Amino acid sequence: MATIAEQFEPLRARAEEALRERRTDEVIRIQVGSATCENAAGARKVYDEFRKHVAASARDDIVLHQTGCTGRCSREPIVGIFVPGKLPVKYEHVDRGMVHEIFTRHVLGGEPLWDKVLDGPIAQPAQYEILHCQSDRCGWQGEKPLADLLPERLHEAGAAAEAVRVTAASCFGACGKQDMGTCSHLLVRPDKILYRVHNEQELDEIIREHVLGGRVVKSLAVPGKTVGRKFFEIYGDVAFFNRQTRVALRHNGVIDPESIEEYFHYRGFEALRTVLQRNDPKWVIDEITKSKLRGRGGGGYPTGLKWKMGHEAKDPVKYLICNADEGDPGAFMDRSMLESDPLNVVEGMMIAAFTIGAKQGFFYVRAEYPMAIRRLENAIQQCHDWGVLGENILGSGFEFDLEIRLGAGAFVCGEETALIHSIEGERGQPRVRPPYPTEKGLWGHPTVINNVETFANVPAVINYGADWFSRLGTDGSGGTKVFALAGKVQHTGLVEVPMGTTLREIVEGIGGGTATGEAIKAVQTGGPAGGCIPAKWLDTPVDFDTLTRAGSIMGSGGMIVLDETDCMVDIAKFFMTFSEDESCGKCTPCREGTKRMLEILDRITQGQGVPEDLDKLERLGKLMKNASLCGLGRAAPNPVLSTLAHYRDEYLAHVNDKHCPACKCVALLRYEIIPEKCVGCTVCARNCPVTCISGERRQPHEIDQARCIKCGKCFEVCRFDAVARK
Amino acid sequence: MSTTTDNWQEVQSAARETLGEEIAALIDACREDPHPESRLIGVLHKVQETFGYLGEEQLDAVAQLLQVPAAKVSGVASFYHFFRLTPRGKYVIHICMGTACYVKGADRVAQKFMEELGISWGETSNDRIFTLEGSRCLGTCGLAPVVMIGDDVHGNVTADQVPVILDTYLKRARETQ
Amino acid sequence: MAKRKQVTLTIDGTQLTVPEGTTIMEAADSLGVFIPRLCYHPDLSLSGSCRVCIVEVKDFGHYLAACSVAVWEGMVVETNSPQIRQARRDIVELILDNHTKDCQTCERDTNCELQNLAYATGVRRRLFEGERKEFPIEASSHSVVRDPNKCILCGRCVRVCAEIQGVYNLSQHGRGFQTVVGPAHLANMDDSVCIQCGQCINVCPVAAFLERPETDAVWQALADPEKHVVVQTAPSIRAAIGEGFGMAPGTLATGQMITALRRLGFDAVFDTDYGADLTIIEEAHEFLARLKEGPLPMITSCSPGWISFMEKFYPELIPHASTCKSPMSMLSTLAKTYYAEQKGIDPKQVVMVAVMPCVAKKYEARRPEHAMPDGTPYTDAVLTTRETIWMMKCFGMRFTDLAEGQFDHPLGLASGAGDIFGTTGGVMEATLRAASELITGKPPARLDFTEVRAVEGLREAYVAIGKHNIHVGVANGLQNAKTLLDQVRDGTGQYHVIEVMACPGGCIGGGGQPYPPRGVKVLDPELLRKRASVLYQIDQGKELRKSYENPAISELYDTYLEAPGSPKAHKLLHTHYTARLPRGIR
Repeated sequence: MATIAEQFEPLRARAEEALRERRTDEVIRIQVGSATCENAAGARKVYDEFRKHVAASARDDIVLHQTGCTGRCSREPIVGIFVPGKLPVKYEHVDRGMVHEIFTRHVLGGEPLWDKVLDGPIAQPAQYEILHCQSDRCGWQGEKPLADLLPERLHEAGAAAEAVRVTAASCFGACGKQDMGTCSHLLVRPDKILYRVHNEQELDEIIREHVLGGRVVKSLAVPGKTVGRKFFEIYGDVAFFNRQTRVALRHNGVIDPESIEEYFHYRGFEALRTVLQRNDPKWVIDEITKSKLRGRGGGGYPTGLKWKMGHEAKDPVKYLICNADEGDPGAFMDRSMLESDPLNVVEGMMIAAFTIGAKQGFFYVRAEYPMAIRRLENAIQQCHDWGVLGENILGSGFEFDLEIRLGAGAFVCGEETALIHSIEGERGQPRVRPPYPTEKGLWGHPTVINNVETFANVPAVINYGADWFSRLGTDGSGGTKVFALAGKVQHTGLVEVPMGTTLREIVEGIGGGTATGEAIKAVQTGGPAGGCIPAKWLDTPVDFDTLTRAGSIMGSGGMIVLDETDCMVDIAKFFMTFSEDESCGKCTPCREGTKRMLEILDRITQGQGVPEDLDKLERLGKLMKNASLCGLGRAAPNPVLSTLAHYRDEYLAHVNDKHCPACKCVALLRYEIIPEKCVGCTVCARNCPVTCISGERRQPHEIDQARCIKCGKCFEVCRFDAVARK
Repeated sequence: MSTTTDNWQEVQSAARETLGEEIAALIDACREDPHPESRLIGVLHKVQETFGYLGEEQLDAVAQLLQVPAAKVSGVASFYHFFRLTPRGKYVIHICMGTACYVKGADRVAQKFMEELGISWGETSNDRIFTLEGSRCLGTCGLAPVVMIGDDVHGNVTADQVPVILDTYLKRARETQ
Repeated sequence: MAKRKQVTLTIDGTQLTVPEGTTIMEAADSLGVFIPRLCYHPDLSLSGSCRVCIVEVKDFGHYLAACSVAVWEGMVVETNSPQIRQARRDIVELILDNHTKDCQTCERDTNCELQNLAYATGVRRRLFEGERKEFPIEASSHSVVRDPNKCILCGRCVRVCAEIQGVYNLSQHGRGFQTVVGPAHLANMDDSVCIQCGQCINVCPVAAFLERPETDAVWQALADPEKHVVVQTAPSIRAAIGEGFGMAPGTLATGQMITALRRLGFDAVFDTDYGADLTIIEEAHEFLARLKEGPLPMITSCSPGWISFMEKFYPELIPHASTCKSPMSMLSTLAKTYYAEQKGIDPKQVVMVAVMPCVAKKYEARRPEHAMPDGTPYTDAVLTTRETIWMMKCFGMRFTDLAEGQFDHPLGLASGAGDIFGTTGGVMEATLRAASELITGKPPARLDFTEVRAVEGLREAYVAIGKHNIHVGVANGLQNAKTLLDQVRDGTGQYHVIEVMACPGGCIGGGGQPYPPRGVKVLDPELLRKRASVLYQIDQGKELRKSYENPAISELYDTYLEAPGSPKAHKLLHTHYTARLPRGIR
């Protein structure tokens, strides 16, 4: 009988052969993102336009390559042009009109459009790019940080500023045990040489020899390929990613999500092969435990422990479920992973299934994600065709199959027992735990449920080692976390950073701070179950435990940046509206409590609040937190409780002074015309829908407050800033 | 034994006729599953895809053919917000009310749609052209605020654009009539 | 059976040891610590949704529902800390805040679980009041009125309907604050698969389900001098009516009941047991015919909930159902024929009121098969035990002090066999007494057939009668009945005769019986046993224990019906059934 390796290698060879036929290394590759978000931004049209151009050019050395979502939402659609031997160039906000220009000038003419590139414009292409480590744990001993020192030394050495680009990057994961804390690392591109530097002399040598002289400094170069470097090779050609550490998202925006061949090329199914070869579930449990991987769906339960319970459950029938019912309004990493790298998640599930002894697995996916569902169906079908799913996988005797079950729009189905009920065809309401699903789950059998992102990390843990993974994170939780950065921030999108990265690094470093220049007021994490963390705590390192201590939760990774124009009562009301709408209605505290809390919040924002309302909110919040049936009900008051704790004065302003400090709550607003600024142009009066603005031409106007409906039209149309919003 | 009092055949063929052979065949296949009742939600998705909504007649037929109590079928259908129990307009306007969109002013956009159409959440305009729906996060937060009409996604929508957007679809609806 | 592992835990400072798998609530109960509860019912699946029974468990981040969490070794439980008391109070207030505010005018005033809880948990001030749900009251059914505004979503009705009755007519619809309980599509009960058994009324802690009231019509008839108003009482009324007046469960109150009914103004008080005796005779003859010609098994037809269930869920079994009318309908028919003729009263002036433990009887009375040739029903009004108690209270009488009265003749004399109709296995036992003599031509060797009393819900037995070894099945609660019915439908069970009673324990557990006293759970097996024991006492205490020895019945046949199964008997005492839509989903 063929060994597992003997079965695996031909598959990989077959994949490589197929890729070779596509001559990916020799041709010019035009890469277009294709995911729900990319398509919404117009990627489909861009793709079709490129297709026409490629066909018209009759060139067989230009290929179109489809890939998933890069996570750079605010810049989509993104197009990458890969010319052999050149640094890749990526364009942002590409539309049909730009396609022609990119194709004729760059693809055919070899002249990139530097004013249109991602995060551009760039005046001129750099010859080299130096990425330096800027992680919190970097061991750089010099007085000046590398970010300041490098440009200085380059300048002194006479390197033209535009010829060398200096970029901060997150940890490369290249520090060994001996030199931890004594050195830092630089990655020089396009040569992909990783240097270990201990002092300024070594830095100078690299500048002199490599940057100016074009010779690799062998004595300082890190031999072999470190894990971190491998990841950078995969995704590191987008500057936005350099300050991230992409593990779960490592293939996103890189590989074609519909090609199992490409997945094989990026070490696909290697982890599965390793696991099947070892044939020892306990080893997998040990690895996952050592990696300190914790559930990414929100609870943060140690994955190794959950698998151990699943493994030890005594029942011949066990089930595995992937929770892809991403319900947090503002988080979309699961969708991105399923649309951009579905096979990675499938492989993670197969490893879990082998470990716990499940023959049947389910993807529970939101019906609102049709593309994710299509790509999953395709992935499962391909796995069957290639013999990595089904009976006797890779000749190991391991049998596993996957089925997709659709959700139908219920946030509560993210809760494990509710999800199980939904798969069983019931109303998705939770039941009392214990017993936990690992004892009694789907149809009464032991069931392990993990989130998409958790599974996405599993192959990386097996391939690159539990030690590496645990080192990436904090003492309590290993690895990285993907956040969906949104709100008042310059770069919205998906951001994956090591556990323990500070909020500031995520929001200001990667997110670029607020777009308007307004100060950040708070960061809301964890969606409707989370809380608001005030700006003064931006230096909090992010992991499950620190966020909980800060009165919020990690949740599934939604991260909304709020600025001074956001009213905290209004934000609390927004989330409570969501929770009230999504409450399943089973238990009293949540069903009735969310309603009453919402009524009180509504009163307050309408200017009808009374001081006792705040006590009532706290009392109801405490009740829900302690007495609700499921985790969602217990977390639902968090947005209110955390804003009450940190922004009580804002609540009091609404209640006592009938004033909304952020000028957000319409009922408490007041528009006034500043006579000194008003030139009497009559624009406001003409635009007022209720004609409550009066005044002679060229004379200061006035608003009749009794009739004003506070629509804000006058404020918007005034060109002289003469309308004040208070 | 006399079978004249058994109305099963009659009930069954009426149910098959209501749902059409494709869905009936799907349900037949579901009945082969070791847990047929667990296929209920999948079947309801199919029915909604075919009929545009889940009417009482269809739900009863599903109950009969899948042999799941009708009360349960209707309890399940009414629990999940994805399922519609009333017919919808030609174009369904999904206004994303996810956090990112809300922070960027989706509420003002929604308000404008309501004013223009004279309908509220979940309602359908009298001419049966538009149905207005609030949506959970559409996962396109980078384009906030986002409105999805039919299969088209409109990003960075402002209240001022609403009448123009509606006009486009009104014209399209008239042309295709 | 292997001995269960023992677990030691502490509740409110007291250490105790209980078998593994015991819930916190059961453990506390065993200590005499009463944890308030609402959605919990021992016979139904666990819900854990009302959260009234929350307790604090040391080192656990949140409160746990005592009803549904099993104890573990070393668990430390606090059932009554200040925090728990406040949380419980707040939960009960939240329930009240979304519940009709009409306690004083509510049917269940002073007999409402929510009212009791509000008092016990100390809701004295309302902190959180706001919007309340608003739904129309739904009164399409002849039997059950649904008031969703009072519903507190404990889900007991949904569970009893699905789990005990196997009907699954009710489900929660919508979700969150908009959740509402009702039949499919929230349609009218009349258009649903409801079988009118009324168990939803029984288990409802408030008044979200009630019987459709008929007291007004009865008051009106009683006040009409032109009318000859007669009343009949089912066997299980006498075993339960006393509970409504503070008498202990299991107290016999036949005499007071008769006197009270006379006081109300009824012109004659008849005993439905008379109808039962007649049913036995007719049914025994039908059985004899079926023994020869089939189809077998014969299934009893006294329980209108069951008949409704059969017509919707098992229409193919209709040929098996005995064609005999129920005792109530037989007696009503005779009252407007035989009795009216005897008395020389125009049948149109006779008003028949039936006091029943059952709300499905209200539906039975309205069935067209039970109407006189002119279309008016033989039974004009059906009152539940509860309605009757209320009328007596309203009339102002001290029930317990009343002198004991006697039933009126001729429709008031009954054998003990008629009495035991009110409990599970009673019809079977009575039938066996009669069939035994019919088949063998000799008096039965014994009168008690304890093997057919299906106290646990489902029983089968073989009873030797002459050369026949009669295979009998007895079931109460329709989920139990399904087991037997499926065997009949699939041809896997060769029964001769099956007794089906829709309600748990038979009529004594009917949907119209008094709400149990405080502290006693509805459908409590002990309560049902006490009520049943009263009926067996009557039977045991009577000289007359066999239906065919009832002289009043003999006289009826001799002077009026000619013989059991005669054409006239068929015309008056037998009925037929129809397959119905909506067809149930089984």
